[in-house]
Amino acid sequence: MATLWNSYRYLILRRFTQVSLLVLYFGANAWGWTILMGNLSSSKVFEIIPLSDPYAALQMLAAGAVLAADLLIGVLILTLFYFIIGGRAFCSWVCPVNMITDSANFLRRKLDFDRVQGIKQPASRNIRYWVLALSLIISAVMGVTAFEFLSPISMVHRGIVFGLGFGWAAMLIIFLFDLFVLKNGWCGHICPLGGFYSILGKFSLIRVHHTQENCTLCMKCKVVCPERQVLHMIGKESLPVLMGECTNCARCIEVCDDDALGFSIRNLVKNKKTGE
Amino acid sequence: MSENRPIIKKKRQPVSDRRKFILNMARGAGLAAMGGFIWSAYVDEVTASTLLLRPPGAINEDDFLKTCIKCGLCVIACPYDTLMLAKPGDNKPLGTPYFIPRDIPCYMCPDIPCVPVCPTGALDEKSVTTDGVLDINIAEMGLAVVDDESCIAFWGIQCDACYRACPILGEAITIEYSKNERTGKHAFMKPIVHSDACTGCGLCERACVTEKPAIFVLPRETAMGRAGDYYIKGWDKDDEKRLENASEIKTTTEISKESAVDSLNDSGDLY
Repeated sequence: MATLWNSYRYLILRRFTQVSLLVLYFGANAWGWTILMGNLSSSKVFEIIPLSDPYAALQMLAAGAVLAADLLIGVLILTLFYFIIGGRAFCSWVCPVNMITDSANFLRRKLDFDRVQGIKQPASRNIRYWVLALSLIISAVMGVTAFEFLSPISMVHRGIVFGLGFGWAAMLIIFLFDLFVLKNGWCGHICPLGGFYSILGKFSLIRVHHTQENCTLCMKCKVVCPERQVLHMIGKESLPVLMGECTNCARCIEVCDDDALGFSIRNLVKNKKTGE
Repeated sequence: MSENRPIIKKKRQPVSDRRKFILNMARGAGLAAMGGFIWSAYVDEVTASTLLLRPPGAINEDDFLKTCIKCGLCVIACPYDTLMLAKPGDNKPLGTPYFIPRDIPCYMCPDIPCVPVCPTGALDEKSVTTDGVLDINIAEMGLAVVDDESCIAFWGIQCDACYRACPILGEAITIEYSKNERTGKHAFMKPIVHSDACTGCGLCERACVTEKPAIFVLPRETAMGRAGDYYIKGWDKDDEKRLENASEIKTTTEISKESAVDSLNDSGDLY
């Protein structure tokens, strides 16, 4: 039991966070709870504290909308949180699509798809930054928030809270795409929201740290990592994972049997390095 | 044959880094342009729907589409479950709030709970406020329109369901009496909607007794015409004031250089 907890503790915590956020949002619409109202685009905590998606606000700005004070406060709170503390944690701790793509990935590993398709990926992980730039250009030209009218993240989340419609089709498309077309296809290649948080969270404090002396080169971490390029230092150098694409999902930490990976604060890591 | 081989080898030279870079950039730009056009076309299509009713206080549709963040706080605030967020498959701008009055109309709460909760100002509190107090009666969600072909009151059958259902009864809908020439001894009691008072709440559409409602709410932009600035009600003192500040615009065309009478009468000069 202890080992089970040890090797799935962060996964359990992440699922708990993701699901309880969904339940709180759902309860606000269905039963009038006031803990967390709205959805991931914009919400209110206890009917007072606003929280708003900074990427949606950026598109509104590009589209030429007048940004209200409430919205700006909500954007500021979330921006500061992810910029200073969380990094790209939204993707693995909050976003409901993460559960879909994680299950596609799980199935991919179980069915040994990677061996059939080969490890070489046919698409660049930088596509998301192109999509991000494109979304802002289209928002500006068309005068609407371009990604918000397309976003499967909002479709899924709004669907669960306010009624799904054909939103299940969006879920299925992403699942099939990640399973059969491209490994980590949506979250790791295309999603501009992930790209946005990669840039925003690049300098955040919470980082995964690698201790090279403990590493036995089993490479389990690289197998489970949804953004394996961020683990370039495994077995080579004792370094924190500094690339913005790391989602702080901590799967690498829990699959490591040799205590070679763990969370730490960025500044402490730096001090240790210079101190030694 | 062996003489040809070196030529083939020359052709198979590795692609230079410069060429690779330029080709990759061109490919990226080309894909971005392609994706951009598809994306733009999609966005244009999904936001094209104009036949839907927004919550009270909604700013004009173009601004609404860029300002609404689709959070659903107005939907949660609505005590009658009137408001919905457009789902995939509804064929309405995705995620934006709307209502279908025949299912659940707007009951025009005096405290308008759906408006102040809007975090982005897509629902504008000022547009439903008079003298610092929220006033649902000045909301402009839509305008009720009567189809006098299917309205049974226009047939001569007595029905004032819409009139009785109207929350601004006597102002937004009035009953007009006229003689029923067919029977010679009855009256028509026709419902007439007044656009200056109607909020578009849809209680009349909900109450309408016909199979498909003969009175229904349309967005004001769809339901109303526009006479233009150049028609003035000469019998209306206020409207005639517009003349005082009017400026005269004179256009000169090839024909108007000469008087119109000349060009018609001096036909001999034309040929």
